[in-house]
Amino acid sequence: MTPRHRTKPQGFGLVVTAAAILWVVGLVGVPLGALLLAVGAEPAQVVSELVQQGGLDALGRSIVLAVFAVIVGGVTGTLGGIVLARQRFWGRAVLDVAVDLPLAVSPVIVGLAFVILYGRGGWLEPLATALGVKVLFATPGLFLATAFVCLPFFVREVALVLEEVGTSEEDAARTLGASEWQVFVWVTLPQLRGALRVGTLLTVARALGEFGAVLVLGGAIEGRTQTATTFVHTMMEERHDAGAFGMSLILAAMTVLLVQALPTGARTKH
Amino acid sequence: MRASFGVWICALVALPMLAVLARAADGGLSGAWEAITRPAALHALGLSFGLSLLVVGIDLIFGLATAWALVRWDFPGRRLVSALVDLPFAVPTLVAGILLVVMLGPQSTLGGALAGVGIDVIYAWPGMILALCFVTLPFVVRAVEPVLEELDPAEEEAARTLGAGEALIVRQVLLPPLLPALAVGAGQSFARAIGEFGAMAVLSGNVPRETLVGSVYVLGEVEAGDSVEAAAVSVVLLVVSIIAQLVVSRVNQPWGRE
Repeated sequence: MTPRHRTKPQGFGLVVTAAAILWVVGLVGVPLGALLLAVGAEPAQVVSELVQQGGLDALGRSIVLAVFAVIVGGVTGTLGGIVLARQRFWGRAVLDVAVDLPLAVSPVIVGLAFVILYGRGGWLEPLATALGVKVLFATPGLFLATAFVCLPFFVREVALVLEEVGTSEEDAARTLGASEWQVFVWVTLPQLRGALRVGTLLTVARALGEFGAVLVLGGAIEGRTQTATTFVHTMMEERHDAGAFGMSLILAAMTVLLVQALPTGARTKH
Repeated sequence: MRASFGVWICALVALPMLAVLARAADGGLSGAWEAITRPAALHALGLSFGLSLLVVGIDLIFGLATAWALVRWDFPGRRLVSALVDLPFAVPTLVAGILLVVMLGPQSTLGGALAGVGIDVIYAWPGMILALCFVTLPFVVRAVEPVLEELDPAEEEAARTLGAGEALIVRQVLLPPLLPALAVGAGQSFARAIGEFGAMAVLSGNVPRETLVGSVYVLGEVEAGDSVEAAAVSVVLLVVSIIAQLVVSRVNQPWGRE
């Protein structure tokens, strides 16, 4: 398709364009600027609250969770993407819908679901007790919540790419005598490089920003289950506005950088 | 392979969701009904529902305008506007709430001035509507943009040559092929808005029967230890957002494709 020729807006177009600019800049740009100003007005206070209230520890925990989500999502998502794109079987449609479910479920409900499942009288409580794992208000709960909310990203990216490239190269390798494992490592995996990159960026952004589920499951206990987002919430409740604003700015900056690294078009598919 | 992936999805998604359903049914159907129809619960659900519908309406109008401006016109700051549209997609919704508190909260210049003339934005409906608009901003714009991009400008030109005004062109030439994309964007926005939690938790004030939305109500019940009540209200929110999500995936399947 030839690139569209854009002209200066005029008449009705000018009215619409002006409204659009005001809307987007007013809704997103101005608030971001306000946060920058607020943090810039008292940088010393911001840094001291971040350090003294346990902000660095919380941020570190969020980064660990993001790395975990990328590893788990990368492995299971590649597997799931291959299954959904390449295999036809009974129950596939159900799996297909289930993968997208985390996009529709409110984060608080995610938290509630795991609390019911692993809490007193929950179906998996005996299993967790037998394994000696404490899920609620502990790190495993944070891992579960993060894995849940990040589930669709890798699966969808991988499945989409595999459907687009088809199986001709894989078939060629098989014809030449490659084993299934060789086909995966030397043909499929290189085709997935872009998908895995996009999956990683989306997963990290989502994991860093997850709030409701980690709040309910983890309980925002300082030094144990406090994450960057629950830290912001705790700081707001304790009237440590400077710390809350500082961490918000860090989270906004990190996620903005992540989204800028995404190829256009990959940003809002989910 | 399919078996191990199936087990993973069951453990991670299906089992937790079924557990919510089962807990909601713990007190029997009448118990669940009673839980949902408690005045505070009903108000919270109604508020979530009403605000989400309102926000989808705002999104449709401004989203379409923004997409059209980005695709059709060349204006200063076009790239910046386009970049800003993507931000709410990545920025944590809790941070979105904080951003609006900083800009419009009682201690801010703007918020103080508005409060002076009797308009409360933060901890009130206007702030909640703005926050939901913020978190749902990209959906309609990005759903509509590619379709607009592929429309043949010649059709627009033809209409213009025949003497149609810009408003008429939008209504008669641009809008009809955009309807499926608008439905997708609206569905995504609605699913996101009805379950929104982070932004609501920091800026709605969470006053029961006034500004307490469904998701925050669920949190309150979890913290109060009433998981049956929390589960019952959750099921309502879940069903509504899953229906919205299904609408999206149905429309998204291009018709006629193998």
